[in-house]
Amino acid sequence: MTRTRPVDDGLFVEGDDGPSLLASSCRACGTTTFPRQQSCPKCTRMDMEDRLLPRRGTLWSFTVQGFRPKSPYAGPKDFTPYGVGYVELPGAVIVEAILTGNDPQRLRIGDPMELVVVPFREDDDGTQVLTYAFSPVQSA
Amino acid sequence: MDVAIVGIGIHPFGRHEGVSGRAQGAYAARAALKDAGLEWADIQFAFGGSHAAGTADSLVSELGLTGIPFINVSNGCATGGSALLSADNAIRSGAYELGMVIGFDKHPRGAFNADPAAVGLPAWYGETGLMLTTQFFGMKAQRYLHTHGISTSMLAKVAAKAYHNGSLNPHAWRRVPLTEEEILSSAMLSHPLTQYMFCSPGEGGVALVLCRADRARRYTDTPVYLRSAVLRTRRFGSFEVFSPWLALERADSPSVDAARAAFELAGVAPGDVDVAQVQDTEAGAEICHMAECGLCEDGEQEKLLRTGATGIGGSLPVNTDGGCIANGEPIGASALRQVYENVLQLRGAAAGRQVPADPTVAFSHVYGAPGVSACAVLTR
Repeated sequence: MTRTRPVDDGLFVEGDDGPSLLASSCRACGTTTFPRQQSCPKCTRMDMEDRLLPRRGTLWSFTVQGFRPKSPYAGPKDFTPYGVGYVELPGAVIVEAILTGNDPQRLRIGDPMELVVVPFREDDDGTQVLTYAFSPVQSA
Repeated sequence: MDVAIVGIGIHPFGRHEGVSGRAQGAYAARAALKDAGLEWADIQFAFGGSHAAGTADSLVSELGLTGIPFINVSNGCATGGSALLSADNAIRSGAYELGMVIGFDKHPRGAFNADPAAVGLPAWYGETGLMLTTQFFGMKAQRYLHTHGISTSMLAKVAAKAYHNGSLNPHAWRRVPLTEEEILSSAMLSHPLTQYMFCSPGEGGVALVLCRADRARRYTDTPVYLRSAVLRTRRFGSFEVFSPWLALERADSPSVDAARAAFELAGVAPGDVDVAQVQDTEAGAEICHMAECGLCEDGEQEKLLRTGATGIGGSLPVNTDGGCIANGEPIGASALRQVYENVLQLRGAAAGRQVPADPTVAFSHVYGAPGVSACAVLTR
């Protein structure tokens, strides 16, 4: 079985019913931040608690990364253009993410999207590094 | 105490093998001094900066060890704008009569790569390939064109105008006109933005000599007055480069805030502007920033572009020297290049790219990471 690790320990959790992004919420004013941080950028207080973000939202904007970024990008050796977008999660934040699709003709602002955890690259020892992404909601 | 610009100097933008960024800054400084009929020994203070080409204050080794206060400024794309407002304050306060601002830079080829930790972001953000200015501009353009019903083809019109204006500008980097078709068919870097819609990191240097307005005619017959120089950072809810998340609520961008404050301070309205230089990191940025700076309404850009209103002979000439797209972006020099161009235009000395009908009010605007904007209003 392939060993895996998240790209960052404080980024997402995987529960029985799927993954969730880890965020902070301000106890004083209710503002949510992603990723977690210790102070509130809106009311400036330092009274934050952890919260999980909703898994589903709508595509707010998008692009496709068409060239291999320079360091500190540490993606797979063989570069494939990847989608990047902002997904509006109701009652929370608009989160920036890799998208599972990279065809701009198949992406539309307003599309329903859901959180997934995807393999990003392999470490030298073969450990698979996981990150979060958003994927179009599969219509039932 | 009002402030005037009495000397301007520029080192051509582009790529200059074997010429350091500092050397380009020193070249610009000497040109600005010559333009004002001054010697370095006359300069009482200086503010200057570069992002990647060394410390500006070290230029005294070449220019002369005269003991003046020379303060290094480091504020990303607003470095030149920050130097300008610092000089403006130094003279306006009455502390000094005559000073210089200098900006220069020299960047390697390709998109900028940023260090997440330097702006308080976690390592994964850079590692997973989300920390690119080019992506932000792609997504901002995508959202803006969608929201305001502007055709994607307008992006090519903006870029074609930039290359046309660049072809009229002897110190521009990109001096070959490109057709809209050539621009649209170049490599897609960050949908909907193609390679030729983007500016490239480059090289160049600019220097300005500023003085008390009441002494300006000692140095020039054509003083240009710095009516305001303003800097703003982002507020909660604005949509900025290098943002892993955005708030659900939207606030005005720092460009809106800086432009509004610059016009108020100058006592002129955006409608009074005869020539404008706005940050065109890529074609979408020019479209967005025209509205953010109050120069047009959201969505009005398509009509303005289709009718040629933003061309040199139009009612609202924008980026008359070819902007960042034709000049490239040496970060430390970029904002001062805009001011250099506006001074030339107000002097009536812009030759083949001169805006007709004796322009009297000029505006300039830069925007950069991680959400900062600097604006300036000049008048004759």
